[in-house]
Amino acid sequence: MEISVTINGTAHTHDVEPRTLLVHYIRDVVGLTGTNIGCDTSSCGACTIHVNGESVKSCTMFAVQADGEDLLTIEGLADGDTLHPMQESFRQCHALQCGYCTPGMVMAAVSFLDENPNPSEREVRLGLEGNLCRCTGYHNIVKAVLHCAAGGEQ
Amino acid sequence: MIPAAFDYVRAGSAEEAVATLATHGDEAKLLAGGHSLIPLMRFRLARPAVLVDIGRLDDLSYIRDGGDHVAIGTLTRHRDVETSDLVAARAGLLGEVTSHVGDPQVRHRGTLGGAVAHGDPASDIPSALIALGATLVAAGPQGSREISVDDFFSGFLETALADDEMLTEVRIPAADGARWGFEKFNRRAQDWAIVGVSAVVRAGGEVGVGLVNMDSTPVRAAAVESALAGGASGAEAAELAAEGCEPTEDLNASVEYRRHLARVLTRRALEAAGL
Ligand code: FES
Ligand code: FES
Repeated sequence: MEISVTINGTAHTHDVEPRTLLVHYIRDVVGLTGTNIGCDTSSCGACTIHVNGESVKSCTMFAVQADGEDLLTIEGLADGDTLHPMQESFRQCHALQCGYCTPGMVMAAVSFLDENPNPSEREVRLGLEGNLCRCTGYHNIVKAVLHCAAGGEQ
Repeated sequence: MIPAAFDYVRAGSAEEAVATLATHGDEAKLLAGGHSLIPLMRFRLARPAVLVDIGRLDDLSYIRDGGDHVAIGTLTRHRDVETSDLVAARAGLLGEVTSHVGDPQVRHRGTLGGAVAHGDPASDIPSALIALGATLVAAGPQGSREISVDDFFSGFLETALADDEMLTEVRIPAADGARWGFEKFNRRAQDWAIVGVSAVVRAGGEVGVGLVNMDSTPVRAAAVESALAGGASGAEAAELAAEGCEPTEDLNASVEYRRHLARVLTRRALEAAGL
């Protein structure tokens, strides 16, 4: 079936099998491999992107469900060479180690702050409960999100 | 993993969806937000030959004040239920329980009707619908009918919906001024409840209690409700929470442990509801 989507501001039209998961479409058909796959159970959040501005797990959507929608992946977040404030906060707070969870973590965090711009630490932890990290222990990730919410400056 | 191949039909209306279901019988499945079905399809535990996508029927996404009830369209996303002022004011228990479903990403996509029609005994939302005494509206080839939540869940992942019926609306009898409690016991954030309890005490004193994961279907804690109606204290009534339930044993909990959790969590939920 033919679908048309906008990804990071660019229009794409492709013929896809209905069973194609959105994350496979983004990675294997469009070639944007910043979005990771970390599990088979909709648990880890490594595949988090935005659909119409809200975080979703792109492994738990068929590409045909995204037909006509506006998608944002980690590749579309920065403004040219200027990192998005959330990416910059992750960098400054050292909120990543291996980096595998990071694209999904950042996309989830951006969507979370859109909904709750002044969160408490507990709210940040709850807001990121759909994203697993095997390295950091979450501490610096939470710090980075709070740092970004506070305006990002050191 | 990648789901097995299927034919994809995008429904333009509820009538069209029902007609497509009627043509394909039990070969077809409805796809709403997909957050119950797609995970099963990825493990090929579900292999529908036809998927009828109702996700674009925006006219079935609404939250309306129906006077004596709150009417919620089947395709309303969890996030919209969770953040609705109307739900908070008139069916607050449902708003709170919905805020515990999955994680934010899941709540952005998953729908109320999808979670209910899936009929999972471990799902949080049915317990709130049982406690609140919801009515479910289903559309079929013969028109629409109302089903009491008490008659809706018929077996493990089975409901009273016929193969050619779809849920269109959930009606919650207004619970203005009610107090409630929701207790969910799990070991990690985002996990399914090992056991959960929804309890509501309406302004007039009427009590409803629904249990998560205590049987092959979501169930009402009927013994607790009647003990309370007969004058028992919350703590006394909670002792009866597991009565009549047949929970299963799994890696997380033995049958006896689930019964214990039901009693303790019911007591806490009733306490939170002011009993
Ligand atoms: S890959 Fe999507 S949640 Fe893990
Ligand atoms: S930084 Fe390695 S998984 Fe999060």
